Amino acid sequence: MKKKQEFDIEKIRKDFPVLKNTAYLDSGATSLTPKPVVEAIKEYYLNYNANVHRAIHKLGEKATLEYEEARRKIADFINAEPEEIIFTKSTTESLNLLAYSLTRDFGRKVILSELEHHSNLVPWQQLGKASYAKTQNGRVNTEHLKELLRNSDAKIVSVTQMSNVTGGINDLKEISRITHNKNALLVVDGAQGVPHLGINVKDDDVDFLAFSGHKMLGPTGVGVLYGKKELLARISPFLYGGDMISEVSFKDSKWNDIPWKFEAGTPPIASAIGLGKAIDYINNIGIKRIRRHIDALKDYALEQMKKIEGIKIYSNGDSGIISFNIKGVHPHDVSTIMSRCNVAIRTGHLCAMPFIKSVLKESSVCRISIYLYNTKEDIDKAVAAIKKVKEVFK
Amino acid sequence: MSEDTNPDWVGEDEIYKENILDHYKHPRNFGEIKNSFCQEESNPLCGDEVKLYVKVENGKVIDAKFVGKGCAISMAATSMLTEKIKGMAFAELEKLGKDDILEMIGVPLGVVRMKCGLLSWRALKKIIEKMGE
Ligand SMILES: Cc1ncc(COP(=O)(O)O)c(C=O)c1O
Repeated sequence: MKKKQEFDIEKIRKDFPVLKNTAYLDSGATSLTPKPVVEAIKEYYLNYNANVHRAIHKLGEKATLEYEEARRKIADFINAEPEEIIFTKSTTESLNLLAYSLTRDFGRKVILSELEHHSNLVPWQQLGKASYAKTQNGRVNTEHLKELLRNSDAKIVSVTQMSNVTGGINDLKEISRITHNKNALLVVDGAQGVPHLGINVKDDDVDFLAFSGHKMLGPTGVGVLYGKKELLARISPFLYGGDMISEVSFKDSKWNDIPWKFEAGTPPIASAIGLGKAIDYINNIGIKRIRRHIDALKDYALEQMKKIEGIKIYSNGDSGIISFNIKGVHPHDVSTIMSRCNVAIRTGHLCAMPFIKSVLKESSVCRISIYLYNTKEDIDKAVAAIKKVKEVFK
Repeated sequence: MSEDTNPDWVGEDEIYKENILDHYKHPRNFGEIKNSFCQEESNPLCGDEVKLYVKVENGKVIDAKFVGKGCAISMAATSMLTEKIKGMAFAELEKLGKDDILEMIGVPLGVVRMKCGLLSWRALKKIIEKMGE
């Protein structure tokens, strides 16, 4: 294996020109895109632009090779097989696909948690019948999850790997054990977890996993759905059309092999290739080192923020996601003033309205999220900006 | 510290001017009015919520109040609006347009905060519709 490059933060930051002017602390919403990823996308469009799996010419061959190579990289990254990786447009689309197919094939009852992002809540709620495991210290309360499984014949459990509000990291090994004990399937929303922690789907024994390219240095427009191959072979497709078939007559059709059975129509080719490059970028640094870097900054940020009078912090300290409110100031005003100080943060209900309203008893919050390209200086700027907010509203 | 993070900036486009903050911290006409026209309006993006009460007699606004919670812009704009419409003839009320509200607020809002500034005006529009019925 190639020796990993040093964690050279100055070098890394040069790949993200946005950082020159902004303390970007909103990677939880979407991460920045490094130059090599942008180059890979450009390379496709300028030098081998072609459709995949259809064109027989050389360009089509190269495009297909690169597209499938991206699939292989993603599979390696999460310890899966390439045929278990389906390209979608986003986490949201991956979860919708599952909600349609699984509620059709395994019954409508689904167990979620109170912590879920709307994209892992609304599809199940609308297509199935959802119940919600409570939370404890910003994570899924596994005791309550057990209780729900005991008292229901639900065959589907879908929870987040890492919360986009509390930053809480769930114990997937434990959750999959509990779930499988009751012969249910475990779906994991990895939108936040995969970019920050990586995942090993075999170790954690996860049945399905959804995540997005744009939160892990990749472009928008591409997401991933992982599924165990024996399950993917069994479940019904979600979108019908070209590429996903092996044979079509006027009367009926037969499905293509996995994973293509789930990839109807022309996929986001350039974005998938870009995501492959993003995984290379992460691997070159190493996901463990990325996590250590984020953790160190998180400790520093929490230490500094806790000193601010009138701040309320909702995060449990598990990860680089820190939600907070400032007494007497609406999050929208916080973010406007911080933005004037060139600090980018997220505010609002964070697409987790039920949790924010019913559990945190707030209508909105502010959120700082830290990623591999952030520095102590970014945190200092954020803290100074929060002090500025307090000054304006004193 | 760079110019942008200098805590003493007060730019041309400063939206947290003294009077906005004053209306936010000391909202005028905060409360409910029984037996009046009332309308709730919310902005799901940031969770602003206002409930506007307007009482009209003999074609004239004799009282206006509000309750709600939200950002400084939405709350200050609502507070200002209640002051502005008190005593107004119904015919004038109907003519109150977006530009009048923006002028009343008096600070540049930008696209994102526009919704906050116009929240109570949207409630007022609905009240006017109800009154017309
Ligand atoms: C936990 C979680 N799940 C799902 C999503 C949805 O991701 P996307 O908008 O890329 O579909 C997000 C991001 O917004 C998230 O944080």
